[in-house]
Amino acid sequence: MKEQLEQIKQQALCALDAAATPADLEELRVRYLGKKGELTAVLKQMGSLSAEERPVMGQVANSVRAVIEEKLESRKSEIGAAVLEAKLASEAIDVTIPGEPVTMGHEHPMNQVLQQIKDIFVGMGYQIVDGPEIELADYNFTRLNIEEGHPSRDRSDTFYFDDEDKVLLRTQTSPMQIRYMENHKPPLCMLAPGRVFRKDEADATHSPMFHQIEGLVVAENITMGDLKGALITIMHKIYGHDANVRFRPHHFPFTEPSCEMDMQCHKCHGTGEVNGGVCSTCHGEGWIELLGAGMVHPEVLRNCGIDPDKYSGFAFGIGLERTAMGRLKINDLRLIFDNDARFLNQF
Amino acid sequence: MKLNRKWINEEFVDLSGVSDKEYVDKLTVFGQKVETYERLDAQIKNVVVGKVVSIVRHENSDHMWVCQIDIGQEEPVQIVTGAQNVKEGDLVPAALHNSWLPGGIHITKGKLRGVASNGMLCSLKELDLTLGDFPYAIEDGIWIIEEDCKPGDDINAVIGNDDTVVDFEITNNRPDCYSIIGLARESAAAFGLPMKHHEPVVQGSDAGSMYEKLDVEVPAEKLCNRYTARMVANVKIGPSPKWLRQRLRANGVRPINNIVDITNYVMLEYGQPMHAFDYRYVSSGKIIVREAEDGETLTTLDGNVRNLKPGMLVIADEDRAIGLAGIMGGENSEIMEDTTTVVFESANFDGTSIRQTALALGMRTDASGKFEKHLDPTMTVPAVNRACELVELLQCGDVMDGMIDVINFVPQPKTVTLEVDKINALLGTSIPEAAMVKYLNLLEIPVEGDQILVPSWRPDLNLMADIAEEVGRSYGYNEIPTTDFKTSTQGGYSPIMKLEAKTGAVCRALGYSEIITYSFVSPAIFDQIRLPADSALRSTLKIKNPLGEDTSVMRTTALPSMLDILSRNNKYHNKNVKLYELAKIYLPVAEKVLPEEPKILVLGSYGDGVNFFTLKGQVEALLNNLRIKKASYTAVKDNPSYHPGRCAKVTIDGVDVGFIGQIHPLVAKNYDIECEVYCAEINFTKLFDLQLPEPTYVPLPKYPTVSRDLSFVCDEEITVAQAEAVISEAAGKLLRNIRLFDIYRGVGVAEGKKSLAFSLELRADDRTLTDADSEKVTANVLAALGEKLGAVLR
Repeated sequence: MKEQLEQIKQQALCALDAAATPADLEELRVRYLGKKGELTAVLKQMGSLSAEERPVMGQVANSVRAVIEEKLESRKSEIGAAVLEAKLASEAIDVTIPGEPVTMGHEHPMNQVLQQIKDIFVGMGYQIVDGPEIELADYNFTRLNIEEGHPSRDRSDTFYFDDEDKVLLRTQTSPMQIRYMENHKPPLCMLAPGRVFRKDEADATHSPMFHQIEGLVVAENITMGDLKGALITIMHKIYGHDANVRFRPHHFPFTEPSCEMDMQCHKCHGTGEVNGGVCSTCHGEGWIELLGAGMVHPEVLRNCGIDPDKYSGFAFGIGLERTAMGRLKINDLRLIFDNDARFLNQF
Repeated sequence: MKLNRKWINEEFVDLSGVSDKEYVDKLTVFGQKVETYERLDAQIKNVVVGKVVSIVRHENSDHMWVCQIDIGQEEPVQIVTGAQNVKEGDLVPAALHNSWLPGGIHITKGKLRGVASNGMLCSLKELDLTLGDFPYAIEDGIWIIEEDCKPGDDINAVIGNDDTVVDFEITNNRPDCYSIIGLARESAAAFGLPMKHHEPVVQGSDAGSMYEKLDVEVPAEKLCNRYTARMVANVKIGPSPKWLRQRLRANGVRPINNIVDITNYVMLEYGQPMHAFDYRYVSSGKIIVREAEDGETLTTLDGNVRNLKPGMLVIADEDRAIGLAGIMGGENSEIMEDTTTVVFESANFDGTSIRQTALALGMRTDASGKFEKHLDPTMTVPAVNRACELVELLQCGDVMDGMIDVINFVPQPKTVTLEVDKINALLGTSIPEAAMVKYLNLLEIPVEGDQILVPSWRPDLNLMADIAEEVGRSYGYNEIPTTDFKTSTQGGYSPIMKLEAKTGAVCRALGYSEIITYSFVSPAIFDQIRLPADSALRSTLKIKNPLGEDTSVMRTTALPSMLDILSRNNKYHNKNVKLYELAKIYLPVAEKVLPEEPKILVLGSYGDGVNFFTLKGQVEALLNNLRIKKASYTAVKDNPSYHPGRCAKVTIDGVDVGFIGQIHPLVAKNYDIECEVYCAEINFTKLFDLQLPEPTYVPLPKYPTVSRDLSFVCDEEITVAQAEAVISEAAGKLLRNIRLFDIYRGVGVAEGKKSLAFSLELRADDRTLTDADSEKVTANVLAALGEKLGAVLR
């Protein structure tokens, strides 16, 4: 009987080694370990053994069963792994096939640049504000120190809605200075981006509607040095820290002293020449005009009920189209308002 | 304002050692921005004075000549010319081999009918000159040079091209800089040098007194601050000398004759426009400065007949207008070859009036451009004397005794206190008082003690801040130390701006790209979107002076702007276009001066997969994401811009916020789009007030959800929304969610009927629902559907 058991063990182990599929294994399990299996059949003969032989033989039979079971388990996991491997191999795909298209929209490139600028100012303590585009001449001109009869008030420059020239499309975002100071007391820091309108025919560099970003800071002891510091910081954040800037005097009726800020041309590095020809980016000037600014005119502060002997401030106006076109190398202003999907999708 | 550097160097302050680039950069950062600058000799290269040594007829031509030209070198060069006015011994401009002429013309050697020609002899025109520049030359022939020069000299030096013309952008507040003297003053101050001044001196003559000849009356005293006149007798009209012609030419002024050139020269030098009248045509010797009469006409020097109106200032004699004050003289009193007596006018007219007249007549001139800046009225006398001085210098007439000077203004000597500490506080500097005084003095602004005596030519200096600008720019804006201020303000966006930003982000996530369109539109858009004649949207704000009809009214609807852009993209053959805009519209408000400016969110699309339900799903997702209260959608048949069967009104909390749907095919056709176009217009400003409060946590369900599907047959007219409402009401509080999953028409469902299938989710918060619970709900729902909608279980 012992030989019989040993034989079963050897046969079973051989057969298990030869098995190739989970089905083969199951068949072998039934054949050797099942209720009607060979091992069970041998054990049924245990009754014919003597009382001394029975426990010994029982032990042998159990160890044979254990060996077969162990082998069965190990073959199961081996064959399972092989099967999985084969399945995975058969499921391989060409990962270079393009993904299912998902169409996402694009923010208008000019608004992308505007958003970056707004975020910079918010970080510097500026409140972003909005205001009317149809405006009173009083806010757009008079309270900004632009007298009656000033050329910018002409009907050749400004769009009007009435015969008395009192209601107009704002020609600048500067009326937001007045509106903000009317409702806020210093210290104040505001940024007012928005649409402005001037009577210019649309071409590569002009549009009857465009965008400005107005900034205003009023507090005690604000100096022109502060104006310079703020604007240099901002321009470094927009154009990079290697941007070389300069200030030069200019004239605006609502600031005094007034200035304009230029950036050294990134293409010709201020020489005005590229390969012996005139630099096309700065038109040979070596500098690119970025913005107008100045210390808020005392009369403007007074017009808003702020005491110019106690408070001072600075204001600035940035042309958004010019900034966006410079940043994104857009060479024709009309592209901005044409809204061609092929253009929008580039950004 | 153009300026030739040589003039400044020769007369006012010698900056000849300063390079053009250095000069331009210095003046720009000093506050006189240079637009462009150009060497006058940049256009002409390798053209020299040549002397004709010999001239013989060309062997193969009966009109060409072969010349040997001495160009100051050992050997003469051979040049063939077709001109007939050259003879031996003449000095001529010779463009040598590899030379350049104005207009980018390149001259190289070659053969003319077999004879070598090493260049070209030039006419005035080929050198960009006119008879006004060199009156002794002839128009159609070689320029035979009568200047003091020798063979080999650069022709640029002969022409006077050895100069740089700098074009300045002059700001409105500095009328004084519209003159050579003004710019010389700025140049001297920028380089910290003193400036030379010249006081005009008139010798006088024995030609008599002007008072016996001329009388001036100024009835229009408000429009004429000052009228100064002098007279010259025994005038000999002729060309001006070369130096004067060259200075005019370098400044872009065409030389005409000595008297006219003198008035132009003084206008450039002093910035004071002048005019010369032929005394013969000043009827009765009387000049009257008055407003034009209604219907009065004047033929100006340019030959145009001008129709005048009251408010326009004219210079007249007793009978008629002889000049348009401050703009242009009249043809009837023009200086002619035979003019013998001249009246010089040097006046100060009201700038605003001159500007408005020039604008109304469409004739801005150099003179009107200067007057409109509001000139210094003290300038008329030195200017007229300078003109008389030049007459004597040019020996072209006898200056008469006397000067008529009508003064209609009260001189206002102005002083500003020099507040050193306040200036330093405003600039953020610590400039000592002595330095400030030095800066001001360099600008020829006298300071006595702490009082600044503002010169009459600086109307812009009134306040401490104005003085701070003068000090600041003299010190150098770029030298002012850069500082950082600290304030207690907090940066941020308003809540509506945050919602705008989020709306844009969601629209883009849904596949829509942003557009930016004009606020003004054509009034024709209302017909294009089929609005009825009585539509309230047709009442717009109209621009009184639009650029054109297409941009003449403020939009009251943003739909046409979107359709316009979709149309354009369609024309560009762009496929599957989805766009959005947060567009302001402008709605007039009764009794108010300013309109409302709400923002409308417009979605527009055409192409694959675009239909009503994809659009509706996107709008639902958007509103959901923005946490707007629940919207309801009702069919709208009478919105003329939309398909009558595919348009819904969007209502939230009883507020109508907009429309979604397919654009009416007739509207799409008006925009040249053949395919289906879908748009949504949602009043964003209203949405802002319809946001849900910030959410708070609701405990997750403890008990399972039971799902029940229900399908029933009802009349075709019953809408899904109606069925949903009935189900929701009947199902009661156990119903947590309801979803339509099928609509079926066809076999098994009678004609005129449809089958709707809904999935209901039921749940209780305090127990697990039993079959009995859910069956009770189903029974209630079916009963209600049957009773209210006549529906039966399928």
